[in-house]
Amino acid sequence: MRNIFIIFVVVVLAIIGVLFLIRGSSQKTENESLIIKGSDTEVQLVSNLVEAFLGKNPEADISVTGGGSGVGVAALLNREINLANSSRRIKEEELLQAKSKNSDVQEFILARDGLSIIVHPENQIEKLTVDEIGKIYRGEIVNWEKVGGKDKKVELYGRQSTSGTYLFFRNLVVKDDYSPNMKNMEGSQAIVDAVKSDKNGVGYVGVGYVKDDKGSLRNDIKIVPIAKDIDSPAISPLDKDAVKKGDYPISRPIFQYLSNLPVKNSLLDKFLLFEASDQGQDIIEKTGFYALTETDIIQNQLLFEKIK
Amino acid sequence: MTLGTDKLVQHLSESLPRWLFAATAALTVILLISIFIFLFVTGINAFGSIGLKEFFWGTDWNPASFHTPSWGIFSLILGSLMVSFISLLISVPFGLSIAIYLAEIAPPKTRETLKPVIEMIASIPSVVLGLLGLLFLAPITAGLFGLSNGLNAFTASILVAVASLPTITSVSEDALSSVTYKFREASLALGATKWVTIKKAVIPAAKSGLVAAIMLGLGRVIGETMIVLMVAGNSRALPSSFLDSVQPMTATIAIEIKEVVIGTLHWQSLFAIGLVLFTITFIVNFLADLLIHKK
Repeated sequence: MRNIFIIFVVVVLAIIGVLFLIRGSSQKTENESLIIKGSDTEVQLVSNLVEAFLGKNPEADISVTGGGSGVGVAALLNREINLANSSRRIKEEELLQAKSKNSDVQEFILARDGLSIIVHPENQIEKLTVDEIGKIYRGEIVNWEKVGGKDKKVELYGRQSTSGTYLFFRNLVVKDDYSPNMKNMEGSQAIVDAVKSDKNGVGYVGVGYVKDDKGSLRNDIKIVPIAKDIDSPAISPLDKDAVKKGDYPISRPIFQYLSNLPVKNSLLDKFLLFEASDQGQDIIEKTGFYALTETDIIQNQLLFEKIK
Repeated sequence: MTLGTDKLVQHLSESLPRWLFAATAALTVILLISIFIFLFVTGINAFGSIGLKEFFWGTDWNPASFHTPSWGIFSLILGSLMVSFISLLISVPFGLSIAIYLAEIAPPKTRETLKPVIEMIASIPSVVLGLLGLLFLAPITAGLFGLSNGLNAFTASILVAVASLPTITSVSEDALSSVTYKFREASLALGATKWVTIKKAVIPAAKSGLVAAIMLGLGRVIGETMIVLMVAGNSRALPSSFLDSVQPMTATIAIEIKEVVIGTLHWQSLFAIGLVLFTITFIVNFLADLLIHKK
């Protein structure tokens, strides 16, 4: 009898404790805050945008983390975050999952990216065709000699399967499984670091990563111009117009996804408007990516019109 | 409730702490059992849907494949074993030598300062070791073997060996020190030199403790995640030499768990890998425990 009484007291105390914990944590989220997560390609870019935005709205509370587009979209569907950065378009199956969770996912185009193929500065190759890059990453070309380099083994660096860039590059260029010899790196910066110290290395990163913090071109890696096919001219991802027009063969829009339409004048709405503004697009260009095209702007406009 | 207030207070102050401590002790057991059950229940489906043979014997692990996913963890197991084997090859001779020096040769002053220093290695976070490896060790191994990069099983093994050194040294030093001094005196009295005494009397007497130290080191090594994630290179190909890059089981789980949708086969198979890992470390630790308590 006495023991039962003691157990009763302990259980009641425990329940009260748990209730307090839940209340405490739910109160915190009532402040207007924004959690952004996802693409590793976009993480530096979006951080720069947030920094500028906070300069104008110091009371806002915004956090940005990476992890990969897949991680961001998964977190968005699990309602853990407000905005998912994604360097690839959302997949059909992810949209179906969203529907089953009563999310009306919205797409916002953030910027234009020219996916850049990088090698060590000592590598002699002058250009590559899309077909050659595919063969290199499928493991069919294993020596630089085959594409105009020295007689050295190719060392492949790529991203992990959580990455949107991994999937985009595979679907557009590799069109098959990556060679199992490819080293799967944690992020775009890890690829840049690996390639700059590996004379036989090759990697792929968003164009924002071929420039340093100050916006000038890095000289410890070399950007390879790319030709659509053997008869076409090779184009550099640094050619802004070619990337925006889609003449650069592996150019792409990079996105942000919302789980639902935001409320008018909410923090999320204001932040998206800021990103789309001239000031926002200016920051995008300074970070090394490219501003939106006419059609992108029209698509974003349709999104903003739906927000009421 | 016929108890007086005083009596109740007295009773509570006596029995509440007892209850509390018993509950915390029970919690660890419950925790272990529930983790095992959770791993087993979530992982077992994967064995069923993939097939044991393909799962353990298949050499291609590619759940996010462009074509049909493949689920063979053989090269992942091989990666884990390779890193464990090479790192033990490094850390066991080092660890045992240090332990013999500390227990048998070093003067008490040296011993009192050196042992905590070695145990201090355990306090270096493995992410720091990984970073040092990425920045300094990988270029060195690359230069040493004429490779263009040093992201391979060998580089990772050296770092993992460093991480396991304190475990091996500390446990074997304890084993050597706990050998009774009578053995040493008897051996010396028979005219044996110090070295012969160590070799013929002390080490055989401490054998089970030394093996246990190696086992505990193995348990530490095979579960190491951060170091291998950072420097082992993470490529899925079946490694053919210790200079190939590998993707051990731990790194695979750490990389892929972030993106999987809960409940899918991919999710279940990551838990199946976790179950394999857990089983290996459990057996290793269990054997080590048996050996330590065997007198």
